Amino acid sequence: MHKHRDRLLQVGVVALALAVLYGLGSIVAAKMRALGVEPGFGFLWQRAGFDIGDTRIAFSAADSYGRAFLVGLVNTLSVAMVAIVASVILGGMIGLGQLGRNRLFAWLCEAYVEVFRNVPLLLQLLIVYVVLIGHLPLPHEAWQLGPDIWLSKSGLALPWPAWSGDGLMLVRPVLGRFTFSGGAMLSPEFIAVAAALTFYTSAYIAETVRGAVQAVSHRQTEAALALGLSETKTLRFVVLPQALRSMIPPLANQLLNLIKNSSLAVAIGYPDLVAIADTTLNQTSHAVECVIIIMAVYLTLSLVTAALMGGWHARLLRRQTGVHA
Amino acid sequence: MGQQDHASGCGVVPSIGQALFAIVAAMKKLLWLMAFLFSATVHAGATLDGIREHGQLACGVSTGVAGFSAADSNGEWHGIDVDFCRALAAAVLKDPSKVRWSPLNTQQRFTALQSGEIDVLSRNTSWTLGRDAGQGLVYAGYTYLDGQGFLVPTRLKITSAKQLDGAEVCVQTGTTTERNLAEFAGANHIHVKTLMFENFRAVLKAFFSGRCQAFTTDASALASIRAYDSGKPDDYVVLPERISKEPLGPVVRRGDEDWFAIVRWTVFALLEAEERGITQANVDQLRASSTDPSVQRLLGVSEDVGKPLGLDKDWVYRVIKSVGNYGEIFDRNVGAGSLLKLPRGLNALPRDGGVMYAPPLR
Amino acid sequence: MNALRKAWLTPGNVALGLALLWAGWHVFDWAVLNAVFRPDVSACQALHGNGACWGVVAAKYRLILFGTYPVDQQWRPLLVTVILIALLACSALRRCQNRYLLLAWMIALLSIFVLLKGGGFGLSNVDTPRWGGLPLTLLLTIIGLTAALPLAILLALGRNGRWPVVRVLCSMLIEIVRGVPLVAVLFMAAFMFPLFMPKGWEFPSLLRVLIGIVLFAGAYMAEVVRGGLLAIPKGQMEAAQALGLSYWQIQLSVILPQTLRNVLPSLMNSAIALFKDTSLVIIVGLFELTGALGLAVDGDPQWRPFALDGYLFIASIYWLGCFALSRYSRALEYTTAR
Repeated sequence: MHKHRDRLLQVGVVALALAVLYGLGSIVAAKMRALGVEPGFGFLWQRAGFDIGDTRIAFSAADSYGRAFLVGLVNTLSVAMVAIVASVILGGMIGLGQLGRNRLFAWLCEAYVEVFRNVPLLLQLLIVYVVLIGHLPLPHEAWQLGPDIWLSKSGLALPWPAWSGDGLMLVRPVLGRFTFSGGAMLSPEFIAVAAALTFYTSAYIAETVRGAVQAVSHRQTEAALALGLSETKTLRFVVLPQALRSMIPPLANQLLNLIKNSSLAVAIGYPDLVAIADTTLNQTSHAVECVIIIMAVYLTLSLVTAALMGGWHARLLRRQTGVHA
Repeated sequence: MGQQDHASGCGVVPSIGQALFAIVAAMKKLLWLMAFLFSATVHAGATLDGIREHGQLACGVSTGVAGFSAADSNGEWHGIDVDFCRALAAAVLKDPSKVRWSPLNTQQRFTALQSGEIDVLSRNTSWTLGRDAGQGLVYAGYTYLDGQGFLVPTRLKITSAKQLDGAEVCVQTGTTTERNLAEFAGANHIHVKTLMFENFRAVLKAFFSGRCQAFTTDASALASIRAYDSGKPDDYVVLPERISKEPLGPVVRRGDEDWFAIVRWTVFALLEAEERGITQANVDQLRASSTDPSVQRLLGVSEDVGKPLGLDKDWVYRVIKSVGNYGEIFDRNVGAGSLLKLPRGLNALPRDGGVMYAPPLR
Repeated sequence: MNALRKAWLTPGNVALGLALLWAGWHVFDWAVLNAVFRPDVSACQALHGNGACWGVVAAKYRLILFGTYPVDQQWRPLLVTVILIALLACSALRRCQNRYLLLAWMIALLSIFVLLKGGGFGLSNVDTPRWGGLPLTLLLTIIGLTAALPLAILLALGRNGRWPVVRVLCSMLIEIVRGVPLVAVLFMAAFMFPLFMPKGWEFPSLLRVLIGIVLFAGAYMAEVVRGGLLAIPKGQMEAAQALGLSYWQIQLSVILPQTLRNVLPSLMNSAIALFKDTSLVIIVGLFELTGALGLAVDGDPQWRPFALDGYLFIASIYWLGCFALSRYSRALEYTTAR
């Protein structure tokens, strides 16, 4: 009896949820049609008609909106990748630094964490960007950081390999009338997003690392030292493997947050996925579809990241505990 | 919204009867909602009824382009687009001050109009076929004929936009400008790097800090930016090319012809008044003593030019009395009487070499 | 050897210490000794970057703190800010934590709305698009939290409940919202909600953004609450059932009070996150503290070169708020752990 009632109620809940979704969907669709916009994703194949300044894959105004979204996705991924690598390295160092013998250095690391954790990421991003475009020199007075490496308001110009008639050649950036061309160019927007994401996330990763290392029992360290292992070896072979295991789930969370936070790039004009969606929805009025695309992409990215980190965690656990599935 | 409904569905409903009742009630509400929606889209004249009911005209303006729509330090709005909304309020509500200003950025402007948040969009918005026919909007006319231009620092010593090959150009997204720029570059075989920013102040910051070598948008806005936002107008120059046609004018929702007609004929009334020499200063005197039949008609002395629009016969008189004719609005905001000092150019009446032409108001 | 390593006086430490002193002196020199505090543009320009220009804050403090709120009415947002900060400070004190506090909050939130909106009690009407600055940041945070908590509790109960369908629905909602950035949720609120609404329905962007924020914070807090629910021993539920209490009676009087007390420190972390996240509403066109600064500085040619100083000023406001909250949360952890 009780079971039947439960089952019926559940069906009711599902029906209600579906009805609400359907109702909202048809309201939106009806409203869009009444306004002369045909709902659907067909617009993705239309000609975009705008240029994107900072791209990793080729794009021109003649390409489609769909390809513009792809450019945005690649831009999001590339800036997130750089920030992930940098923040894991920086965060790991600061986290271990907080626990080091050197109290002064440890205090510095703690100060770093407190400063960067307690200021909104968007504000950090705006600050980094203002500093970059406000204080870097104009392209004609660019700072030379190395052979053929130039830093200016236009960004960081680097030599970059490219195919030419004779095979792979290193193309050097050349200063033209306005700015550099040839080679690779990392725009100030890219640098600002990557830097701000790194500062912010590394503060959180440092805390994760510190917590994980502290959670490893003191007795183990003492035992290892008593056995005659050096401090570095104790850290390398006893503490870190165990800390790593408990560190991975929170670390995965931080990396997920980093990927999601990269969407703030839109605030300073870096053409990431959200920025492209923003431009597209203004040109086409397909607001609902664009928001759905953003959400679907980030959800997929989150799921993939979670799955990768989860797989790594499981493998570590298996290897360390010797359990074979 | 739907997601919140799920949320409340997560509690445990005590009995089947109550659950079913809740579902039926929700369905009813939904149907009612949809009925409301459809009735609102079909019924012409709904906009005017709504405005009269609220006692307020909801007018979408820009977040700040001097000369077109910008708030001063007291929160008081000024500009051509602003004066046009005042004229509309004077026409339909008999009081030019009964306007609710909605400052909108380029991204929000069409959604705000489509969703009914505003009654008219008077926000230096270019008239294009795609917008006029494809997005549920209708342009009621134009109040300023513009063209897209380029602003560059004087130190670059550029005299033509065709010399911009290899330059980084800042644009604000969500506008026709990014498309015009791509087409101009393609047609002239030059390569420019487009830097898109989502808000106006971000573009200003980027351009004036030297992040990009040129800033492209409507020439009138560039003049305003050079005069007000550069700090040093002499350090910047607007290049002579106009790479597009940008007829700026008020936009309304598709499907309400009555409201569309009022907005369109308010534009014409402003032009007609200038043509007939009716100004804010002499409108009272002319209404009392003019013998010109077209002036008498326009000011509601002889004929009723309000009735076909659902307005009273004094509506043009009130419009001119509160904001002046088109020429006065132009001079005050962007012309000789303003800091921008833009020439009338195309925006003059036909007799002065422009194309601002009004069909007869009769 | 070992003693020396443990001691402060190692060569490395000395070098680091000297470097720190040197850097500290330069920062002090820049931020205080050489700084311009007067709202004087020419004095700031004369600095040539050798000192901070806090004058930008002195010149623009009204816009930065209160956004575009009408100048002659700015005592209203000021009063609101004072009320909110006073109540927040009071809520943190043991002595104030009683039933009157809740009442005080309810009265305060109501009167704050009346104060800001006006249109009655002899106050002129001020539409929500003109609200801005610090009071808006505080309001978004506090109202967001207040509304997100009940949502979070419902979602957590649903996800832990006995109905598979409800579990799936609640899990889906939580995971979808947690899987996308707040920017996407705000985009949805700004661009999609108006399309859901029938024509002519008044739906100001402030309300839309609030709904987005509540949804976002609710999903994150739901997971915190759920963690707390799982930590309550099953025996308690069974014992309460044996006493003949209904589901809601058990939740309200047995499970939830313990859960909420246990997860309070984690909820504080959510509060800190939300406080920081409110800065994102600038992306959909609301001018809270961060947005108001952009409004004040980026749009003014004279002060634009000194935007950095303005940003540092509001960064310190955020920092103070977050640091205080995180210290308080840590103190709470100690008391609840006891």
